[in-house]
Amino acid sequence: MTVNYCSGAEAVIRALVENGVEVIFGYPGGAVLPLYDALFENNKIKHILVRHEQAAVHAAEGYARSTGKVGCVLVTSGPGATNAITGLTDALMDSVPIVCLSGQVPTHLIGTDAFQEADTTGISRPCTKHNYLVKDADKLCEIIHKSFEIASTGRPGPVLIDLPKDIQLSKIKYVNKNTKFKKYNNNNISNIDENVINKVATLLLNAERPIIYAGGGVVNSGQEASKLLTKLVNLLDCPVTLTLMGLGCVPNTNKNFLGMLGMHGTYEANLAMHNCDVMLNVGARFDDRVTGRLNAFAPNSKKIHIDVDKSSINKVVSVDYGIVGDCTKVLSVLVQEVKKLHNQQTIKSKSKWWSEINHWKEKNSLGFQQIGNNIKPQQAIKSLYEKSKNFDTYITTEVGQHQMWAAQYFGFSKPNHWMTSGGLGTMGYGLPSSVGVQIAHPNSLVIDISGEASFLMNMQELSTIVQYKLPVKIFILNNEWMGMVRQWQELNHGSRYSESYTASLPDFVKLAESFGITGLRVDNIKNLGNTIDEMINIKGPVIADIRVEKEENCFPMIPSGAAHNEMILSSDDNHKDTSGEGLALV
Amino acid sequence: MSIYQKNEVKEVETSRTLSLVVDNQPGTLARVIGLFSGRGYNIESLTVTEIDKIRSLSRISLVTRGTSMTIEQIKSQLLRIVPVHIVRDLTLEGPFIKSELALVKLVVKGANRVEALRIAETFRARTLDVTLSSFVFELTGKPSKLDAFTDLMRSLGDTEISRTGVSAISRGNKTETKLLDQI
Repeated sequence: MTVNYCSGAEAVIRALVENGVEVIFGYPGGAVLPLYDALFENNKIKHILVRHEQAAVHAAEGYARSTGKVGCVLVTSGPGATNAITGLTDALMDSVPIVCLSGQVPTHLIGTDAFQEADTTGISRPCTKHNYLVKDADKLCEIIHKSFEIASTGRPGPVLIDLPKDIQLSKIKYVNKNTKFKKYNNNNISNIDENVINKVATLLLNAERPIIYAGGGVVNSGQEASKLLTKLVNLLDCPVTLTLMGLGCVPNTNKNFLGMLGMHGTYEANLAMHNCDVMLNVGARFDDRVTGRLNAFAPNSKKIHIDVDKSSINKVVSVDYGIVGDCTKVLSVLVQEVKKLHNQQTIKSKSKWWSEINHWKEKNSLGFQQIGNNIKPQQAIKSLYEKSKNFDTYITTEVGQHQMWAAQYFGFSKPNHWMTSGGLGTMGYGLPSSVGVQIAHPNSLVIDISGEASFLMNMQELSTIVQYKLPVKIFILNNEWMGMVRQWQELNHGSRYSESYTASLPDFVKLAESFGITGLRVDNIKNLGNTIDEMINIKGPVIADIRVEKEENCFPMIPSGAAHNEMILSSDDNHKDTSGEGLALV
Repeated sequence: MSIYQKNEVKEVETSRTLSLVVDNQPGTLARVIGLFSGRGYNIESLTVTEIDKIRSLSRISLVTRGTSMTIEQIKSQLLRIVPVHIVRDLTLEGPFIKSELALVKLVVKGANRVEALRIAETFRARTLDVTLSSFVFELTGKPSKLDAFTDLMRSLGDTEISRTGVSAISRGNKTETKLLDQI
């Protein structure tokens, strides 16, 4: 038997390869030099040099969410690790599988306030699913294998491994991945009980006003879950609405799809939620952006909740049936049961329910008027969708009004094609995320729908995009405002626009040119279509500066502290002044 | 916790004793405590020490307070922590024993010395240290018994008190051996 001795750093790279890593996003520094040395020698892992560690994590998130694989990150100690924290928190909130390797000062210097030392495991503890500080080189391989297991199973999330420099340099014996891993996560335990499935199926079939509300858990569970969900929707012929994270898991073209729900969801989706008698939640978590005021949330309904994470069930909303399990597994059993019962009995007519819903649809809550030469941001997204829907298009976004308009007006027919920061709401997420998506899908059309303020937060990644010749299209809805902040100030703070104007903007066309890429600008509706065509047809990266109507607000909207049936459709809608409690809400 | 919850019907908060088996690793306790502080839960008492050297496992006995929904949430959240293997709700499971140890130093002179010894005897406290002007007593038992004892001692003189926090175990012949073997 040959004994596989190698350096700790070499073992790390080998373990990454064994766990299927093909791309790693990172930034070098003193404490990870041995790892970079080992990377230099290897030819299996491609390293993508980002320009900021936060961007490394977002890029890995984009990679992970568009492929279903684990995203991998490599950063140095101290500032490298602290810069990665926002990204890790983002991945935790949106359940994205990430393994982040961080350098650390050598073990004998830990605790001495050494140069570029930070208590990385301490800082990252609340913003990772789990983390490790490797103090014993013999455990290095096992820890890396375990980390991939933890990151990708159950409810996915980020795992950080802190690697002291002396561990990277020590000679160790490489240990292969043991395929017979034990459960590392109690959370993987599921409770799919035939009896409960039967009751739930009966409840759904007998419901007069059922609704399915699905979220990111379906996307995370894999493409099969989306197919099963669509099947269930078609079987029951019931309305379905998706959360921001779940967009794409039922095709936007499905006749039963009501659009997104929640704060900026459609009128019909929110009203259907409010008036339903049976609600099936698949892989969503009753987020406050979705529920509105809790004591008025779907008041007369029986609720069923399927989630892989037991702690999501009964966290904020009490449900009648909680099923802990992976969406694919639960849905396949549920679909079978529904089919079986469906053959035995006739399904309740839902024509009355559908006519109610169609009545709400007539409100045309996403309607807007494109008058004059100014470009309405809604129209910009709509046109972008029309022009790009025949391509294999991946959309990433930043955070704010443009994000909501993208969610409302762009149609997603497949899961894994929509990358946005939902839980943490991280401005600056979209550009680095698009880097990861384009690396994973080199021949697809990747568009970062951005706002000018969010773009400025991580625009250093233009350099990464140029270095790796990534044909990312950056579609900036430029209204010179932090739009969502301005909108809330208008609605809740007497139009006192405190610090929400984006002054001193760069000339985005010249900015693009300074990086050697194409910059386009359009401010007239007549030229919008041509500009989008041009952007899509250019082979390389493009920044498109779309000058849109400056004071456009994002509607419909559930004002903070209000319920689903208290939506406002436009600024002209009479809405009660936001209550004191509502004002305190984020 | 979000302000949305303010509107909910107030349910009575009760005290619950949880018993956890966790990996004896650096960071595990920090994760457990961080969960409570980060999510705004209460800790009334917490004890932790190694119980299995071979498998390197520790037990955390924890007393917390909350509505039944909050307690369920705490238990589910605790189970998400990777090195937490078992979470048992002793209060919910049935009869259980709760015990704590206190060391009480009392500085006392004159007639009160006899009174202190008499009380100590009544409580079956052991006297661990004696000087002409002080005692150190050791007392084990339910937290309420310890409270009563320390209150009495305080009225006799200057005191210094050190308590371990609650350690708990269920009554009867049921053990965790099978669960532990799966770890």
